[in-house]
Amino acid sequence: MAPGLYALGDPDGQSPVLVTCNYKLTFDILRRELEGLSCWVLVVETYGINVWCAAGKKSFNTGEVARQVKNAGLEQVVNHRTLVLPQLAAPGVVGHKIRGLCGFNALFGPVEIRDLPSYLDNKTQAAGDMRRVKFPLGQRLLVALVEVYGARKFMLWALLACMLLAALGPGGFSLQGTVLSGLGAWGVVWTGFISGVFLVPVFLRHLYFRAFAAKGLLAGALTGFVLAVAVPGGFLQGLAATAACMAFTSWFAMHYTGSTTFTSLSGVDREMRRYMPVQGALILVAAGLWLGSGWFGPLAGGA
Amino acid sequence: MQDFRYLEDVLTLEYDPGLCMGCGTCVQVCPHRVFDVGEQKAVLLDPGGCMECGACALNCPAGAIKVRPGGGCAQAILNGWLSRVLFVKRFFRQDVCCS
Ligand code: SF4
Ligand code: SF4
Repeated sequence: MAPGLYALGDPDGQSPVLVTCNYKLTFDILRRELEGLSCWVLVVETYGINVWCAAGKKSFNTGEVARQVKNAGLEQVVNHRTLVLPQLAAPGVVGHKIRGLCGFNALFGPVEIRDLPSYLDNKTQAAGDMRRVKFPLGQRLLVALVEVYGARKFMLWALLACMLLAALGPGGFSLQGTVLSGLGAWGVVWTGFISGVFLVPVFLRHLYFRAFAAKGLLAGALTGFVLAVAVPGGFLQGLAATAACMAFTSWFAMHYTGSTTFTSLSGVDREMRRYMPVQGALILVAAGLWLGSGWFGPLAGGA
Repeated sequence: MQDFRYLEDVLTLEYDPGLCMGCGTCVQVCPHRVFDVGEQKAVLLDPGGCMECGACALNCPAGAIKVRPGGGCAQAILNGWLSRVLFVKRFFRQDVCCS
C-alpha cells in the first residue's frame, strides 16, 4: 500500500499519530484493533515488509520516518508533536534522533497492536507484559506454513535425488521398483520436513536441547523410529530411514530459527557450524545404508 | 510463562554501566526484557534472553550498549556463506531472509 498519512475514525489536531509499515496486513490489523478510536496513521515505505523485519533490514529507519512526516505535512495536521512508533521498529529507528530531523518526539508503543488502545488510554505507558515479544502456539504454526511455501524447490530437488539413488540399487533395477522406492525415500524427506517444521515448534519447550538442530535430531529420531517400525522394509532400510529422518528434521528445525522471535545471530551461527556436519554425515550414512540394502538385502533373503 | 530460552554463551551483548545516564530507553525497546531500570542506571536483568536485535544499542543515547546486530535466521546465514563462495556466488544474495 502507498506510504503516507491515513485517518482512522474522525481524527483532529489532538489525535495521536501512529507510525507503521506499508505491509497491508499490518494496516488491516491496526484498523480492526483501533475500531472506534480516532487517530492518524503514518505509513512509511518498508516495501511491503512487516515492521520487525523491515527494522532489522533498516528499511524502517530514522530518516524514512522523518521523510514521511515532512511529506505528509504532519505539523500542519496536528498541534501536538508526538509520534507513536511500534516497539519492534526500534532495531531500525533511533527514537531520540527523530526530533532533530522533523521536530516530532518519538515514543515506542507496545509490541502488539491489540495493546495500543490501552497504551493510549494509559497516557502512553506500556503496562506489564506489553513490551515482551511472545510466541504462542498459533503463531508458531502460522509461521510454519510459510516454511512449507519456502521449501518447494528443496522438495523438487529432493525428489530428483531420491529417484536417482533409487535407480542405483534399492529400486531393484526395474522402472516400477525405482519409482516406488524413490517415492518411499521422498516420503522420508517429507516426514523429516513435517517433524522439523511442525513437530519441533509445537513441542519447542519439551525437546530438551536449546539448539534447534539438536531438537530436530531428537524429534527426528523419534519419528524416524516410528516410520521404520510402521513401514516394513527390513533392518537396513529402517536404519537408513531413521538416520535420514534425523538429518532432515534437524535441518528444517534449524531453518525454523528464521521464523522465531528469540533466536540470535551468534546462536544460530554456532549451531549451524556445529550441527551441519552431523546432518551431512547422517545423510551419507542413510544413503549408504539404503544403497547397501539394495545390493545386499536380496542376498540376505530380503532381511 | 517463562520466555523461550536459546543459546546464551555466544551472545555479543555488552553493557557499560559507567556510561549509562539512566534514560530507560533500553528497557522500553528490548523485546525480551534484558534490561531493567535500577537506581539511576539500567541493570542487566536477563542478558541470556538477548536475541541481538540491536534495538538497545541503536537507541541508547549514551553509547553504553554494544551488540553485533543481526537476524537469528539459518537461511540468511547460509546465504551469507554461499554468497562468498566462487561460482555459487551469483545464485545467492546475502541476507535474503523474511522477504
Ligand atoms: S538506553 Fe543507555 S543511557 Fe539509557 S538507560 Fe539504557 S544504557 Fe542507560
Ligand atoms: S539486542 Fe535486542 S534483545 Fe538484546 S538486549 Fe538489546 S534490545 Fe534486547
